[in-house]
Amino acid sequence: MDPLILSRIQFGANISFHILFPTITIALGWVLLFFKLRYNATNDSAWMRAYFTWVKVFALSFAMGVVSGVTMSFQFGTNWPGYMEKVGNIAGPLLAYEILTAFFLEAAFLGIMLFGFRRVSNRVHTLATVLVAGGTTLSAFWIIALNSWMQTPAGFEMIDGKAHAVDWWAVVFNPSMPYRLVHMLLASGLTVSFLIAGLSALRYLSGDRSESMWKALRTGVFTAAILIPIQIFAGDQHGLNTLQHQPQKIAAMEANWTTGPNVPLVLFALPDEAAKENKFEIAIPDGASLVLRHSTSGVVPGLDAYPGNHPPVFPLFWSFRVMVGTGLLMLAVSWSAAFFLKRRHSLPKPLAMLMVPMALSGWLATLAGWYTTEIGRQPWLVTGVLKTADAVGPVAGGHVALTLAVYLILYVLLLIAYLGVLVHLALKAAKDGDTSPLPGVMKTAMSQPAAGE
Amino acid sequence: MTFDWPTLLPLIFAGLMGLAILIYVILDGFDLGIGILFAVAEDSEQDTMIAAIGPFWDANETWLVLAVGLLLVAFPMAHGVILTALYIPVFVLLVGLILRGVAFDFRAKVPSGKKHRWNRIFFLGSVIASLAQGYMLGVYVLGLDVGLGGMAFGVLVAFCLAAAYAAMGAAWVIYKTEGELQKKAVRWLRTALVLTALGMAAVSLATPFASPRIFDKWFVWPQMLYLSPLPILSALLFLWLWRQTFHLPRPDDRHALTPFLTLAAIFALGFAGLAWSFYPYVVPDKLTVWQAASATESLAIILAGTVVVLPVIIFYSFYAYRVFGGKATDLTYD
Repeated sequence: MDPLILSRIQFGANISFHILFPTITIALGWVLLFFKLRYNATNDSAWMRAYFTWVKVFALSFAMGVVSGVTMSFQFGTNWPGYMEKVGNIAGPLLAYEILTAFFLEAAFLGIMLFGFRRVSNRVHTLATVLVAGGTTLSAFWIIALNSWMQTPAGFEMIDGKAHAVDWWAVVFNPSMPYRLVHMLLASGLTVSFLIAGLSALRYLSGDRSESMWKALRTGVFTAAILIPIQIFAGDQHGLNTLQHQPQKIAAMEANWTTGPNVPLVLFALPDEAAKENKFEIAIPDGASLVLRHSTSGVVPGLDAYPGNHPPVFPLFWSFRVMVGTGLLMLAVSWSAAFFLKRRHSLPKPLAMLMVPMALSGWLATLAGWYTTEIGRQPWLVTGVLKTADAVGPVAGGHVALTLAVYLILYVLLLIAYLGVLVHLALKAAKDGDTSPLPGVMKTAMSQPAAGE
Repeated sequence: MTFDWPTLLPLIFAGLMGLAILIYVILDGFDLGIGILFAVAEDSEQDTMIAAIGPFWDANETWLVLAVGLLLVAFPMAHGVILTALYIPVFVLLVGLILRGVAFDFRAKVPSGKKHRWNRIFFLGSVIASLAQGYMLGVYVLGLDVGLGGMAFGVLVAFCLAAAYAAMGAAWVIYKTEGELQKKAVRWLRTALVLTALGMAAVSLATPFASPRIFDKWFVWPQMLYLSPLPILSALLFLWLWRQTFHLPRPDDRHALTPFLTLAAIFALGFAGLAWSFYPYVVPDKLTVWQAASATESLAIILAGTVVVLPVIIFYSFYAYRVFGGKATDLTYD
């Protein structure tokens, strides 16, 4: 058993599992702040009910993110010691700043956010929500900076085979970093808005017509409807940035085998890397040239320009299409739901039923997007600096196989449990509606705004 | 030794890493200990025990992230050597931490019929994580010896550390609860204390004989004299705490925090002993702190951030503990 392949599958599985949860917490923190601010402004307890329903999802997602993140940071050492040995001088400070500035902030104030409503003043509770939301976003900033540096390294020099920083500003704000950060933050916003909309639709379908359900549903649907066109634009800009800095990735994403003008946009195909051609291709003539160069005769790089130095075509081609397809579906669903909520003040049942599985559409698109960008970096771990194959450690394949098997079982079981709890929380909220007692508010009239009922 | 930045920075980071590990062991120690004590607690008591750690545990575990993070960022060479040598125990630790971390949250949110299952997973995860940490410490002390002797020693340290964590957990329960549960926790503390003391004595005696290098660092004149307060003070604190347990809980709940602080002091003493045994190695007998350290400019930029952020972290950690001070009440989560 090849420890390289197994380690790659293991890290891929771990990061796939991990990314699901930060994707939720990054934006959910801000949504919770929105609920809290609406409550502060209107004194309407339905906002606080929405807060308490979703703060539980936040806590659980945060815990899942922490444990899988700790696993990941250990795996740098257990499976990929070559990574820190070669680029530790760059990656180290970025990771250190993530832990120091972001992670402690979230973890410390999460307790106040979850359990402190009765113990601190309303103002401090709101402040804790701000700090937790800010912490998750700051965390994303540092991690994206590091990931982007691995994609498009800048601001360093190699001394004795090790990377040394020359210009920290260039390291952090490397060429692809702003695009990747915006794309990821929007992805998080979409994931959360569809999750909230979907679970609220589930409440709606089970007969819940409470104010807190409507408030959450509207928040989810309208946020999604606003964010999706912005994301499509940001994604396009990110693609153009990739074309400039990692053209081999674009060539594989488009399954374009030869460099040249008038390149068609392939809609469907089964790329065959051995034969260097696409089977069952359906394509729009000149489409790729138009999208990437904004001209039908624009020259688009093909895989023939990067022999032996381009990522695997099939997974890249397809993960990119899954991401784009999911995005278009999100556009259609969120805009129709927004239309009905705005104009008709109701939600047609078939649309609500479609929105329930769409609760996980953000996960699907985010995963597909990450596969596109991460597989697209291969065979490099750090583009032009370190190959993935040169970072793997001396651990026996059997050991990696054993741990991989246990991780996979654990991840699947935890994912089932997590989704089960989400559904349980939604149905519980539907059953209780607006009649459940509101935690904290009744008992401490002095430090809170009036309970409003 | 010259005192320039390339010499000092690795030492500073070794110190910071040691501090992070010590704080982690004390803070997450009581979380893990409470998980271990789940084995002997009733269902209703388990809820109170969770309430006693609920607001803190996330921040507590962060110190492990910081400790491993510092190893990763300040000593990348050592990080790879240590973690590849400890591949399987690290894996076991992670499984334990995953189970413990998620069970903590799941148990409060699942339908009530399934809560019991997550309580058991919480116990299991805490025990696994504690044993794995102890085992890794034991193997590490002997210079990452993964032969039969090293493994046996690792198992010894594993049980010692689990007992020590259980003692920390019991001490925290004494501080955070009242009534029957508090009395019960005093009895738990007594049992765990005996096991901890036996374990610590065994480890202290076995270590120098298993590692000639450590023997030479301790048993030469005049170091012996300077170092003698460490074991003597530890033993006295153990005896004093043992006597205290017969008088707890005291009227008006005086000294409720004393057992916890005493144990923290014992941990700190033991830790100082370990630190002396290793200095200046970060991988025993293989890599010194200077050989394993990152580039000076990288360490400098991390230090700049650390100097600003660490006091802030400590300040708001204190704030969080103050907000949730006093006896644990049922957490109104939903």
